[in-house]
This record gives sequence, structure tokens and C-alpha cells, in this order.
Amino acid sequence: MTIEVRIPTILRPYTKDQKAVSAEGPTLSAVITNLDSNYAGLGERLLENGALRRFINVYINDEDVRFLGGLEAPIKDGDSITILPAVAGG
Amino acid sequence: MSLEISQAIVDAILEQSRAEYPDECCGVVLGPVGSDKALRLKPMVNSAHSPTFYEFDPKDLLALYREVDDNDEEIVVIYHSHTETEAYPSRTDIAYAGEPGAHYVLVSTRKEIAPATEFRSYRIIDGVVTEEPVVITG
Repeated sequence: MTIEVRIPTILRPYTKDQKAVSAEGPTLSAVITNLDSNYAGLGERLLENGALRRFINVYINDEDVRFLGGLEAPIKDGDSITILPAVAGG
Repeated sequence: MSLEISQAIVDAILEQSRAEYPDECCGVVLGPVGSDKALRLKPMVNSAHSPTFYEFDPKDLLALYREVDDNDEEIVVIYHSHTETEAYPSRTDIAYAGEPGAHYVLVSTRKEIAPATEFRSYRIIDGVVTEEPVVITG
């Protein structure tokens, strides 16, 4: 199944400036692996030591993936993934 | 490169920073896509509720981006307050700065300079901080 992934400005250098790209996989983890195979380097910007980076927010439709099982969150046909860098600092 | 912003918005941000003291306050100023005009103030909740850290709640963040998209707006300014230190980006501000197109505004309400305040603007791109002039309009 193919789903849409919305890419934030700061990561668009990896997607040739595309705001949204297609990806596939049954779980978020698989989708990120698929993204990284098409857009080399993107995976590392999302993951750190095999976990989602603390200051990257990923949403499936309207829900933060942290409440959906994180990397194991299941992906269904027609889902839309949005990636947003946290707005945070000290 | 400079930030143009109205006195009314500057005053509102400083007022918010005083109201939320000792916690850091935060928010954005929005403008039409491509305009670089800071026109619409939107205070945000600091979900960290901390004097040394700020973070937009992830749910509020998604709602903000949806709203901005629906209105054909963009985030022109991302601001937060420093309550005990200078209005200069901290190491964490630089590490987490994720909007290369935004003006990062820092205000300081630290005691040493009271009743004066600081309102300064920066670009933060790939870890490099560049201060820019703030032009206050009527």
C-alpha cells in the first residue's frame, strides 16, 4: 500500500524540495526504512539509536505516533503521515 | 535581512512574557505565504511549563501547521522568552531550531535590566546564528 508523507521544510533537501512524497510499509518503522531507501539520509534525521528522535514529531493522520505504538504503529491504506520538527528550546 | 514588526505585537509578546514569568513563554507570528510579514500573533502554550525550557505541545503544533496551511499563511516569527538570561539563542535553541525560514525572536525579562526588556531577532540555519535588525513599525 502507498501512503503520503508530508515533509517539513528543514528535511526537504532530502526529498528534492518535495513537500509530500509517497512511501509504503505496514508499520511506521517500515515506512521510514522505505523513505530512507528512496531519500538517502532521511532515516537518520528521524531515528537515533533505533528510536524516534525526541524532537521530531510524527503523526499518523491527526494522532501523535507516540500514542499509537511509536515505530510499531500500524499503517493502513489511505493513512497520511506528517513529520514536524518540535518547536522547542531552552 | 531584518524583521519588521508592529509595536502592538512587540508589546503583546512582552506582556505575555511578564504574565507567564517565571516560566518561559512562547508563540508565533504568522503572515501570508511568501510575504515575510509578521502580522498575526498567536501565543502558544509552553507545554514544558519551565523557566529554562519551552516546547509547543505536539498536538498544538500539528493544529498550528494545519491552520497555517488552510489560511495560506506561513510561520514568520517563532518567539520565546528567557527569564533569567540574555535574549540570545541558547545551545538548545540552536540545536532544535527547525524552521530555516523563520525569524527566531528572543525576549528577555531578566531582573538585572528591569524595567527595560530586550527584544532581538535571529536567523538560525544549520547551527549558525545570525542576529538581524528589528524594525518596529507603528
